[in-house]
Amino acid sequence: MSVPDDLARAFPPDDPDTLRRLRARLSAAAQAEGVLDVAYRTLDSPVGPLLLAATGRGLVRVAYLSEDHDAVLQALADRISPRVLRAPAPLDPAARQLDEYFDGARRTFDVPLDWQLAAGFRAAVLHRLADIGYGRTASYAAVAALAGNPRAVRAVGTACATNPLPVVVPCHRVVRSDGGMGGYLGGLDAKRTLLDLEARAAAEPASGPASSA
Amino acid sequence: MLSKQPFEAVVAAHAGTVLRVCRALLGNAEAEDAWSETFLAALKAYPELPADANVEAWLVTIAHRKAVDVLRAAGRRATPLGQLPDAPAPEPAGPDPDLVAAVARLPVKQRHAVAYHYLAGLPHAEVAAILGGTTAAARRAAADGIAALRRSYPDTRKGADR
Repeated sequence: MSVPDDLARAFPPDDPDTLRRLRARLSAAAQAEGVLDVAYRTLDSPVGPLLLAATGRGLVRVAYLSEDHDAVLQALADRISPRVLRAPAPLDPAARQLDEYFDGARRTFDVPLDWQLAAGFRAAVLHRLADIGYGRTASYAAVAALAGNPRAVRAVGTACATNPLPVVVPCHRVVRSDGGMGGYLGGLDAKRTLLDLEARAAAEPASGPASSA
Repeated sequence: MLSKQPFEAVVAAHAGTVLRVCRALLGNAEAEDAWSETFLAALKAYPELPADANVEAWLVTIAHRKAVDVLRAAGRRATPLGQLPDAPAPEPAGPDPDLVAAVARLPVKQRHAVAYHYLAGLPHAEVAAILGGTTAAARRAAADGIAALRRSYPDTRKGADR
């Protein structure tokens, strides 16, 4: 054994427990000092693992696994700030409310949203989606009319396909006027899962989180 | 446009290397604080880092400054004369505590050159940029450090089953 090889073993490059602790400490210190521009975590859900990301202003991104979480994080670094760290604490309220939603125990979300990834007519469309009640659907044409431009049906489709906050901003409730599902950025299975979940829960008497079991 | 990675990816890629370097420079107890200060300072400065910079060399440079600060502070505490002590008396630990102790006994410059070249894998030119001085001086410091370890280390493992 040479001295350099012995050195490499004496100072191992990996120490998973220590590094996990140090990384959690770094996230906490970064938040405390106000230098964490984008915090994120993942959440297991019936529609697969969701990436949740927040700025100081609020929830800025919800992403399906099919969107490629690494690519989504890179886009956040490019468009918002490269100061991106895994930090669960700022996302705890959003994660808790999503858990309740997937349990059928929550119908609306009450967390601050940061809309900076949606602009112009797309943002106008996404702002109108909350008007489609839980457990109901609306056609792309109806949403275009709600957003103030009845002829912009294709633009509504684009706005939904690029919704930075799926599930929370309910683009899954927009369907085709002929009764077809239309598309969905999380895949049609996810759209069907969400609509079935809402239809089932809406058919039951309104219930609080305590009686969801 | 060159795209800059999310900082989380920088941490994931370099956390272990920076920790082993901090341990070699300072010992286990001080290493964790130096690691934390290094990555917090790096996070703050990250938006200004050129996208094509050598991220690992940049992080090791920050860790070097933090380690020098720690050594100075330890020096102020330990010696009224304010001299830089050769070693902050780290506690030997890990799979080979004798070698860790031998590294701690190296003169500061050799210890730094050995850590940056052999543990961080930086070329001597990068090590020279961190330590100041020429590439030849950095290469010599690393070689002297290894030679010193080769001389002292076999004694410390006398009786070990190898």
